[in-house]
Amino acid sequence: MSKKLTTLSLSEARDGLNKKDFTSVELTQAFLDRIPTLKELNAYVAVTGDIAITQAKASDDRRSKTGALPLDGLPIAIKDLYCTKGVRTTAASKILSNFIPQYESTVTANLWRDGAVMLGKVNLDEFAMGSANLYSCFGPALSPWKKDGKHLVPGGSSGGSAAAVAAQGALAATASDTGGSIRQPASFCGLTGIKPTYGRCSRYGMVAFASSLDQAGPITRTVRDSAIMLGSMAGYDDKDSTSVNSTVPDYEAMLGKSIRGMKIGIPKEYRMDGMNQDILDSWDRGAQILKDAGAEIIEISLPYTKYALPVYYIMAPAEASSNLARYDGVRYGMRTESADSISDFYEKNRGHFIGPEVKKRILIGTYVLSSSQYDAYYMKAQRLRTKVIEDFENAFKQVDVILTPTTPIPPFIAGEEPKDPLTMYLNDILTVSTNIAGLPGMSVPIGLDRDGLPLGLQLIGPSFEEGRLFQVGQVLEDAAKFPFLFQE
Amino acid sequence: MENKNLYKGQTGLWEVVIGMEIHAQAVSKSKLFSGAATEFGADPNTQVSFVDGGFPGMLPVLNAECVNQAIRTGLGMHCSINTFSAFDRKNYFYPDLPNGYQISQFYHPIVGPGKIVIELESGDSKEVGIHHAHLEQDAGKSFHDLDPDKTYIDLNRAGVCLLEIVTDPDMRSVEEAQEFIKKLRTLLRYLGTCDGNMEQGNMRADVNISVRKPGEAYRTRVEVKNVNSIRFIGQAIEYEVQRQIEVYESGGDIIQETRLFDPNKGETRSMRSKEEAKDYRYFPDPDLLPVIVTQEQIEAIRKTLPELPDAKKTRLIETFKLTPYDATVLVGEKENADFYESAISHLTTTEDSPKILANWMTVELFGLLNKFSLSVLESKVSAAQLAELVNLITTDVISGKIAKTVFSEMWETGAGALSIVDAKGLRQVVDESAIAGIIQSVLDANPDHVSEYRSGKDKLFGFFVGQVMKVMEGKGNPGMINSLLKKLLDQK
Repeated sequence: MSKKLTTLSLSEARDGLNKKDFTSVELTQAFLDRIPTLKELNAYVAVTGDIAITQAKASDDRRSKTGALPLDGLPIAIKDLYCTKGVRTTAASKILSNFIPQYESTVTANLWRDGAVMLGKVNLDEFAMGSANLYSCFGPALSPWKKDGKHLVPGGSSGGSAAAVAAQGALAATASDTGGSIRQPASFCGLTGIKPTYGRCSRYGMVAFASSLDQAGPITRTVRDSAIMLGSMAGYDDKDSTSVNSTVPDYEAMLGKSIRGMKIGIPKEYRMDGMNQDILDSWDRGAQILKDAGAEIIEISLPYTKYALPVYYIMAPAEASSNLARYDGVRYGMRTESADSISDFYEKNRGHFIGPEVKKRILIGTYVLSSSQYDAYYMKAQRLRTKVIEDFENAFKQVDVILTPTTPIPPFIAGEEPKDPLTMYLNDILTVSTNIAGLPGMSVPIGLDRDGLPLGLQLIGPSFEEGRLFQVGQVLEDAAKFPFLFQE
Repeated sequence: MENKNLYKGQTGLWEVVIGMEIHAQAVSKSKLFSGAATEFGADPNTQVSFVDGGFPGMLPVLNAECVNQAIRTGLGMHCSINTFSAFDRKNYFYPDLPNGYQISQFYHPIVGPGKIVIELESGDSKEVGIHHAHLEQDAGKSFHDLDPDKTYIDLNRAGVCLLEIVTDPDMRSVEEAQEFIKKLRTLLRYLGTCDGNMEQGNMRADVNISVRKPGEAYRTRVEVKNVNSIRFIGQAIEYEVQRQIEVYESGGDIIQETRLFDPNKGETRSMRSKEEAKDYRYFPDPDLLPVIVTQEQIEAIRKTLPELPDAKKTRLIETFKLTPYDATVLVGEKENADFYESAISHLTTTEDSPKILANWMTVELFGLLNKFSLSVLESKVSAAQLAELVNLITTDVISGKIAKTVFSEMWETGAGALSIVDAKGLRQVVDESAIAGIIQSVLDANPDHVSEYRSGKDKLFGFFVGQVMKVMEGKGNPGMINSLLKKLLDQK
């Protein structure tokens, strides 16, 4: 064992287990020992050590008897948005702080089917609403990355997932992405994260934020790790009417394939005024890497992309305002001890146990759906959504993959975030369009800015072409030689 | 032209305008979007899945059986079927609405316009337009009266599939409204798409009522909720008509509002008005794909439709020469029509038999069924047994009068008609000389009456018939008694 177990990537750990360099129990224990040392990051909201060791033992047992499953014995963290049977699931909201599901989400069930080991549940923005993991009933999660000795935000909403993986508190983590919640934290923490095509992963058992935009996906150290994780998480599920019935390709088999002759689109509209120069430089660097690997770089236009953000901030709150109506304290979750009337009961439950950012979005959503505003907002947003989709369809007639930065700004120090909510919302400007269009998008770390902070680039592909993203992503990763934290 | 349906007010005549929204629980083993059972009367909260309970991360999955039932119902109402329909969310908070929204079809219903024809007492028929019909979820049930401080909730009904059938405002009287709901209920039961049991709540009506001066444009309507019997529909309309006329005639105005019918008082009372109406924030449910049905699917379902009440009625009238009244009564419940047709198959037919059978069913059999509150399926006399009885009548084995005695015996003992007739010696006497002998003995015993008759007191004929029947214990053939008696009385 030349390397400390927690420094391994998921694929390295898999290979080590296969070669019997160590057991799953040893690997799992290494993480369980490390997690308490990462407490200040507040990445984990629950550590499920007993479950982890039980699963690890079962894995070691299975490996010796019947052979290994795809993820056999690999310890991972689960965003606390996925319902896990018998394990409290909160969505980082007070209103669910006592909720223990009696069912398992399909995505996590797929992971356990493939032998993965659950280390615990990780932090997020309440109901996945946020870009810095500042809005959690457990308090903010922090990035292990620092500037001037101060922790950066890990991004959001999958901040706990990114922080845990970046700090080597897990080999990989599940995350979810409604407007950038996988890709932005991956970028902020120097990790890879992929939001697959809408319908690729089942939403069954994932606490819903905005149903037409939510997708499950992994945050991992490497592109290969994401390919392995997604291969297990994805798949048709008859319990989710929007899941798509098509076979999941062998994503790992796409890695290492040449991208010679591939056409890479650079959308001119994504080069925005006032964009951070280091980010623009990293974008150019990424394009150069792909060009050097034989790809053709083509400038493209996505004229409707500027509408993606307003569309998102109408549709997502609209759906959320309805999706979150079930958290009323009647059947489960936190509830007030006394109320004068049913309205009072609702007001107290939802007033006390739902956080301010979520309330704000519920209000926006309620407003845009109200009968007097519906045509002006929701209807218009629906029509524009079609335009954004057509934009991408046209683009993919010319190019195979689109390359953009993942975020318009580098990660910032926790507590020094932009105070103006609009600036915070602008964080999603480069990522939301793929959610609006239902397309796969992946963030791959490309390098550091002048302050030594991680920057990521985003690859966008046509529907169900995740394999192509892994193929191109691997080329970026190989050339970028990103300086991961805690490497030995 | 005089219109009996108009109401007299102080300012003249008023006409009532009625439209209805009927919530029919679709016959389906499982709920609209979950696999939970739908059986009536189960213990509270025993038929609730995590989906029905609105648990985090749970997603609806459309039950194809419910879609088929909607199409079937639509076809039965001569409606167009929309090959594209979609589900929307109707958002509002209520403790027995677990998701905080009801999934319904607001923008794109599955069933388009159609019509139902109703028959009125006057003999006229009338078309009531169906505006559309759509699929939606039912809510759970709240119990406010089990505890002074608490409300109890039963979610068994939450998520059960309802078909909401919306009519045009075509009805103009209590009779029309009641006939419409009866006809719709009959139709749904024929189609097998709704049990139509109003007491169990699997068919509920919201009635939209307004009044106007004949010829005027529609005035403001009031919606009366959850009127759960045909009788209450009548009461609610009568009450509303009087109330609205009074309001208008005293210079007031009707406001658009939802009112609740109170069956104890026979009154409606205000629930909420339009100003405080909820904004339901309808929008397409992003958890569900649009429902796309093909013409082939629709045609395949059309092929499975049974003979519907109107067609059956026409056939009964044409084939068996039934009166429209008897035919209407028989087709009203499919089970009755089935019983009738089953009995028909056992008739050794004379031309009149089917009519006599119909008469026996609607008068004698239904009389007993009503008396014991039984459905025809629970009848103590089977279809074959009733046919046997009719056969005995039409072949002159027994008289109609004796048949009534036999029928009571059949109902009580379950025995067949012929075995009762034989066991009790009830066969009709058709021996002419035997009857003539008895007549003669009656005439001999009543010489005074005979001479009175012969001197012109014709009315005494009935007396002689009665005497003869009495001696014959009712078994004499009435036709033969009549003709022989006349012959003998007129002889001298």
